Amino acid sequence: MLDEEGNYTTARSAGWEVKTLAINESIRLIEERVADTKRRVLSGELSPIAYYMELNRMDVPLLASYVGIHRFFVKRHFNPKRFRKLSARTLARYAKVFEIKPEQLTSFNPADAE
Amino acid sequence: MKIDFQHKQSAHCENGVISNLVAHHGVSISEPMAFGIGSGLFFTYLPFIQVNFAPGFSYRPMPGAIFNRMARRLGVKVKHMRFSDPRQAEAVLEEKLRQGIPVGLQVGVFNLTYFPDDYRFHFNAHNLVVYGKEGDEYLISDPVMDYTTRLSREELEKVRFAKGALAPRGHLYYIERMPNQIALGAAIRKGIRQTCNDMLAPVPIVGVRAMRWVAKNIRKWPKKIGIKKTNHYLGQLIRMQEEIGTGGGGFRFIYAAFLAEAAEVLGNPELKTRSAEMTEIGDAWRDFALNISRIYKNRKVGDEIYDELADQLWRLSEREKAFFKRLKATL
Repeated sequence: MLDEEGNYTTARSAGWEVKTLAINESIRLIEERVADTKRRVLSGELSPIAYYMELNRMDVPLLASYVGIHRFFVKRHFNPKRFRKLSARTLARYAKVFEIKPEQLTSFNPADAE
Repeated sequence: MKIDFQHKQSAHCENGVISNLVAHHGVSISEPMAFGIGSGLFFTYLPFIQVNFAPGFSYRPMPGAIFNRMARRLGVKVKHMRFSDPRQAEAVLEEKLRQGIPVGLQVGVFNLTYFPDDYRFHFNAHNLVVYGKEGDEYLISDPVMDYTTRLSREELEKVRFAKGALAPRGHLYYIERMPNQIALGAAIRKGIRQTCNDMLAPVPIVGVRAMRWVAKNIRKWPKKIGIKKTNHYLGQLIRMQEEIGTGGGGFRFIYAAFLAEAAEVLGNPELKTRSAEMTEIGDAWRDFALNISRIYKNRKVGDEIYDELADQLWRLSEREKAFFKRLKATL
């Protein structure tokens, strides 16, 4: 899709396959992470914030800069016990970054997440 | 409002934006030419920066560098602006569009709605041109797409203020003034000289020495961080090399095209030979990527393959070292 000159036919097709393999590999890794996090959220080990972070292909520093909360606290919010104490305002901030409703965070149901 | 803007697809976003913007002002600079004059060929290894859960590899200089250097060397005056306030960022954009000036933007890729899902990751150094606004939608010329697209106000704000490494902070640029006369030959020479100096730089994180550093680390990774992570790192290396508009082989093929063009402009047939050599080096990079992908395919295990890859990269660094010394002497 990105390259338009098809004149290096043999090399080009090899390159395409290589590229696809690399992309598939990294997509597979992401999916693995998401599935793993989902399991840990459902088992009560992590809060839904962790799941939505993975789903959006983010890491902690990135999420922290999007919500404008220090990464130390973002990490703390992964703890389900602390997560339950979060104010509606804080939840709304997370929800806005993930483009979901705050209720999707509080009553976690992975089925309605894409 | 809509500016009459010629959209042309290109292999790489930054060169594409440059050559499209300059073409709008009536000067035709091909994509390889823009790339070469801006000294686009590069290699850097930044083990202390994490991008997509892997260290930073890049086959190009900092975003914006190619553009800035090319503009400086050709005498094109470019105005750059960054913003802390999204509203102001939009106001300036609108004002420029009203004045009939197409505007280049640095954006994050993740929220570009017209990208396929596989390409949506948090990468903030993409470039596109806004050439108009209709209703609440901006008209977008994204050089990696073969057609023009649109983004709503909210979507555009989101991508302009993406966060993370290399955050664009609303980065906007446009051409203020074009030179009366363009000294192409001198610009080409400067571009080539800088590329040679960059690639041969005596610091470990850029050029051939960075390649050597990566080669050394490839040997260590399997033991240090495990096979799975190593494969992911190597995958990231290929992705940087083969996609996101590199034209393949980590820009080596685009550079070969540039050298061929430069040979014509400067009337230096020796550069033609250099161009052919560069193409061969590009092929060698492709082989390297192919060998990495075999790890995924065959699921071969064992440290020998990583050693082989490291050797291959090491040989590439030796080859490029010799090449850039020769290229410098050719000038």
